[in-house]
Amino acid sequence: MNRNAAHPVLRVSSLSRNFGGLRALNDVDLDIRAGEIVALIGPNGAGKTTFFNCVTGIYVPTEGDVFACRPGMETPVRLNGMKPFRITELGLARTFQNIRLFPSMTVLENVMIGRHCRTKAGILGAILRDGRTRAEEQDSVDRAYDLLRELNLAEHWKEEARNLPYGAQRRLEIARALATEPFLLLLDEPAAGMNPQETLELKELVLELREKFRLSVLLIEHDMGMVMSLSDRIFVMEYGSRIAAGTPEEIRHNPEVIRAYLGESDNA
Amino acid sequence: MNVTMRILLRSLMVSAWFVLLTFPVLCVKVAARQHTVTVLWERAVGMFAVMIGCSLLWMWYFHRKEHGAESGSSAVSSALAGFSEKWHGLTSNRVFSSSGMGVLLAVGVLLPLVGSMYQTTIFANAFLYVMLALGLNIAVGIAGQLVLGYAAFYAIGAYAYGLLNQYFGLGFWVCLPLGGLLAALAGLLLGFPVLRLQGDYLAIVTLGFGEIVRLLLNNLRDITGGSQGVASIPRPAFFMELSAEQSMNYMYYLTFAAMLVTIVVVARLKNSRVGLALQALRDDEIASEAMGIDLRTVKLQAFALGSCWAGFAGVLLAARINFISPASFTFMDSAMVLSMVVLGGMGSISGVVVAALVLTLAPEYLRAFSEYRMLLFGALMVLMMIFRPQGLIPSRKRAYSPAGAASGSAEGGRA
Ligand SMILES: Nc1ncnc2c1ncn2[C@@H]1O[C@H](COP(=O)(O)OP(=O)(O)O)[C@@H](O)[C@H]1O
Ligand SMILES: [Mg+2]
Repeated sequence: MNRNAAHPVLRVSSLSRNFGGLRALNDVDLDIRAGEIVALIGPNGAGKTTFFNCVTGIYVPTEGDVFACRPGMETPVRLNGMKPFRITELGLARTFQNIRLFPSMTVLENVMIGRHCRTKAGILGAILRDGRTRAEEQDSVDRAYDLLRELNLAEHWKEEARNLPYGAQRRLEIARALATEPFLLLLDEPAAGMNPQETLELKELVLELREKFRLSVLLIEHDMGMVMSLSDRIFVMEYGSRIAAGTPEEIRHNPEVIRAYLGESDNA
Repeated sequence: MNVTMRILLRSLMVSAWFVLLTFPVLCVKVAARQHTVTVLWERAVGMFAVMIGCSLLWMWYFHRKEHGAESGSSAVSSALAGFSEKWHGLTSNRVFSSSGMGVLLAVGVLLPLVGSMYQTTIFANAFLYVMLALGLNIAVGIAGQLVLGYAAFYAIGAYAYGLLNQYFGLGFWVCLPLGGLLAALAGLLLGFPVLRLQGDYLAIVTLGFGEIVRLLLNNLRDITGGSQGVASIPRPAFFMELSAEQSMNYMYYLTFAAMLVTIVVVARLKNSRVGLALQALRDDEIASEAMGIDLRTVKLQAFALGSCWAGFAGVLLAARINFISPASFTFMDSAMVLSMVVLGGMGSISGVVVAALVLTLAPEYLRAFSEYRMLLFGALMVLMMIFRPQGLIPSRKRAYSPAGAASGSAEGGRA
């Protein structure tokens, strides 16, 4: 535990990202310690998704540093400029705000794609189908199926992903991310579009998964009930800048945050 | 009814325009020698009638589609759906599937013994197209990379054999792998600069690549012989002297075997870790990358794997017809192969095989229509896109059997 305290699993310092003249991220600091659930909140357009994209390699940060460190690893790795697939290999996995499944593939195959970076079979193996290739493939199938069971999706395993109900698609994205064996799971508005019952189940699920897979979680979410009850710490963003950070209790009473949120509802 | 009137009126307008526009070309016959101009009124009227029929059908269909009528309820598509259901029923059953393969094998093996030399030739040609279509199916159907200049890789394989034989005396069996390798390298060469391109842009660049290769072959006269091509390419050696017909049959069997190998290998590739990554690439590039797939590697694999089959097919073509020239590798050939993939069903192995056989054999047996071949193709293509965009025999999902799933539920494949 002490070791973990020494190196956060994710440390972001002075992260900025410009889009032409627009500064979508401005000097943002954030850290996540092993086993923590951290929420990133803020009004629409605050830059939360951009933050995710910078951490997972989809965008290259304009300025600042992103360091990740798998619990137990000695030295953190700098993620700036790394390709997304390398970052996933390292152990960061994400879901997308606007679901990005592989629609024409089956539910099982979607999760098997998550196994891609943990398996090796190449073209020759595919053609010869030797024992090792087949064993590896069966292992992928079994693990993918187990994950589906974990996320209550087992009955759908043969269906095309596009035919799943909305809530199930969100869970499938989580299953697919888990298949990459991450230490940090990044969820971009996982409860968006869910009803209160589903949101509650999702909350339980995240807690369960954290225990079971020893995860740290970074969560973007608008549902305040979920954020407050789930998170260990909360970071608040507005107009690309971080305006507050602290425990749910601190955030609840932070005047800056109250202003930002009330301001938003004024505009709405 | 109001809607019916509108549809009728629009059909009339459309047909009138069509006849008016095509009138000078199709309905006026000018005999320059005799200084006579004949106007074919019957033809104009006939065309008008046919156009009205077509456009009525067309608009009626779209009208129904717009108003939520199940598109599957139309006669054509339900017939096709029934057909592909049966097909899948047959092929997913192990006994039938292997006996289906047996029939294919038997027909393929016996054909030269019972058929004429002409038939042997056109079937050998059809088998080559099956190879090409399956190869392109990797890039276009499975990985979703729209490659338009595919004939270029075919040409590279053919010229690899033709030229290596002419200049260095290399034999068929050395050139067969070399041709595939060179085509795959060309695929990589094309792949690197287009890594960031998708869809239409990729299509245009690959189209350009196809033309560049053809023009190079045409204009590097000192090396390639220009439009004269490369002649007297030898057939592969056999253990004994073969008569003309025997060596024809020999080539036929080689091509047949190569096609079978292609079918097996492409099917295995599709159902593998690599194949799954290719399909993910087709569905969503950003998500694939975020899920740990190296886009660069996978795209290059798609290009190289796709083009190497064209290389093999090219070597086989050169060996069979003994003469190659740039005229055999035009955009028309690329388009032919692409239509096989699209008509057969993107990513579907059996669909593409059937489509390739039908599209190469039908024109031979329907000589009467050969002038209108391209027209028929176009019409067929448009109709397919409307009634059955997923192709003749849509790609079948592979059946997996996870350890945890209830036994027995793994059978059947489709949920
Ligand atoms: N690729 C992009 N190009 C230009 N502007 C972008 C891009 N991505 C995000 N932005 C802008 O950055 C700001 C933050 O967006 P985003 O991170 O999606 O907000 P959030 O997820 O907090 O709602 C928005 O103003 C958005 O328009
Ligand atoms: Mg967002």
